[in-house]
Amino acid sequence: MLQIGLSHYLSVAAILFTIGIFGIFLNRKNVIVILMSIELMLLAVNINLVAFSVHLQDLVGQVFAMFVLTVAAAEAAVGLAILVVYFRNRGSIEVEDINMMKG
Amino acid sequence: MTIGADIGTALPEVFIAVLAMVLLLVGAYQRTESGRFIAWMSILTIVLAGLLVVVSSDERAVAFNDLFVVDGYTDFAKVLILVGAALALLLSFTYNVNERIDRFEYPVLILFAVLGMMMMVSANDLISLYLGIELQSLALYIIAAFRRDTVRSSEAGLKYFVLGALSSGILLYGMSLVYGFAGTTNFDQLSQVFAADAAEAPAVGLIVGIVFIAAGLAFKVSAVPFHMWTPDVYEGAPTPVTAFFAVAPKIAAMVLFVRVMFGPFGELLDQWQQIIVFISLASMILGAFAAINQNNIKRLMAYSSIGNMGYALVGLAAGTDFGAQAVLLYLTIYLFMNTGAFACILAMRRDGRMVEGIDELAGLSKTNPRMALALGIFMFSMAGIPPLAGFFGKLYVFWAAIEAGLPVLAVIGLLTSVVAAFYYLRIVKLMYFDEPTDRFDRPVGGEISAILVGTSVVTFFFFVGLAPVLNSAERAAAFLFAV
Repeated sequence: MLQIGLSHYLSVAAILFTIGIFGIFLNRKNVIVILMSIELMLLAVNINLVAFSVHLQDLVGQVFAMFVLTVAAAEAAVGLAILVVYFRNRGSIEVEDINMMKG
Repeated sequence: MTIGADIGTALPEVFIAVLAMVLLLVGAYQRTESGRFIAWMSILTIVLAGLLVVVSSDERAVAFNDLFVVDGYTDFAKVLILVGAALALLLSFTYNVNERIDRFEYPVLILFAVLGMMMMVSANDLISLYLGIELQSLALYIIAAFRRDTVRSSEAGLKYFVLGALSSGILLYGMSLVYGFAGTTNFDQLSQVFAADAAEAPAVGLIVGIVFIAAGLAFKVSAVPFHMWTPDVYEGAPTPVTAFFAVAPKIAAMVLFVRVMFGPFGELLDQWQQIIVFISLASMILGAFAAINQNNIKRLMAYSSIGNMGYALVGLAAGTDFGAQAVLLYLTIYLFMNTGAFACILAMRRDGRMVEGIDELAGLSKTNPRMALALGIFMFSMAGIPPLAGFFGKLYVFWAAIEAGLPVLAVIGLLTSVVAAFYYLRIVKLMYFDEPTDRFDRPVGGEISAILVGTSVVTFFFFVGLAPVLNSAERAAAFLFAV
């Protein structure tokens, strides 16, 4: 019988985090997907924190995870607000259209 | 420790937090659209908070279950941050009225950003460090997009948001690894853990965590290779916002970088030193070469600030208390030099519209000799010509690098500052030796000319006050090693 241990949780978190980073850099379509990728990165961190917290028998990790969740909500709100403002001006949220400034 | 004593320790922060919320309410309920009253009250708040920081004792004090620390080092940094924020707020008055973004949210957001920066530099735990950074960043994302009816400003906000959130994610991932492998998030306990394990090689996961934290912080100071957002955000954001971005958040992030690396990770100097040396070299080189082809002065200042952060990182790479002292001195000088340069950029207005091309400065010495002289002083100072302020900043960071056995860093720093002198002096040449174009609009605004005079005097006569600044930087840096 396979025991699910710390390393499994860490692996899942690392994979999710990597998917999040790739989602930001390889995505050519839509800014919403970028926001989702950012969320994915933060959730990967939460898995890490909670897994370590249980492993270390220490509550600080779970407290930290709570703070990360709260900040992630605020961050999503600010991000979506900026995205709406951008859409009003540009009429598009394609990643390739975000190119007013180059150099 | 009682809650009263905790609040007493964090009094400047509590003061700013309360006043920012009160001003937000006052602004929301006042009848006029204008933000002038709120802006002046915000400046008053910043000044009073600065006084609270100055009169508070230099002794190290911790509060809120060791999440928050106040000592001479944080006090020094907070004074710099508050001065930078107050000057940036003053600079914004004329611009905001002219561009019709004179709203009360602007100074309030700056207050919240300042609060975040002060929390950052006072953090004594990875949790409070993260919360401070986020409080700062969320406010900054919004003010980058403050001209919400223009594509460029909202695009700057969007880019800043995406890359800032990415850097926060990287920073957090590093923090989770450090927490897991060291078993604590408190800075003091972290350094004790590392000191106890000094004999054996640190775990790989810990090193990965430190690298991630360094990468996240490098994003915040816009060091190469995490600098991509800087030129776009600087160009797109409204100019007074750029002036703010270039000074206070950079100082806060740099001070924090030094604290994190010297404090909790001080025992692991061998592990992180090479990383800092690399990003410092890369920032100096890119800052020097990439700016040569720029024609937009805000973009040029973006590359210049990347280069400047590279020089400041030289002091961090040294890893000594002299290095930390040099970083603080560099940041002090950088504050006045950059604020002054942005005051000049804000005065570049022709026929009621802002102009940003470098060519627009041609012949400025004939149309506006005083502004040309001031901008000339800032450019010579950034190029590092003695006896101007910028020379001493560079002198001390290179000195620290040589004392720490990193002569290569100092040599390459010198070479890149020669390259960088090319584009700084190109501006001087344009102003003094080219045919004049049309004159800029006069008057430029009382606040801008006052700041222009003040910062250029400070930059020019900095050598007079060098000794006291050096002494207080030395005292401040000593606190990093006192624990």
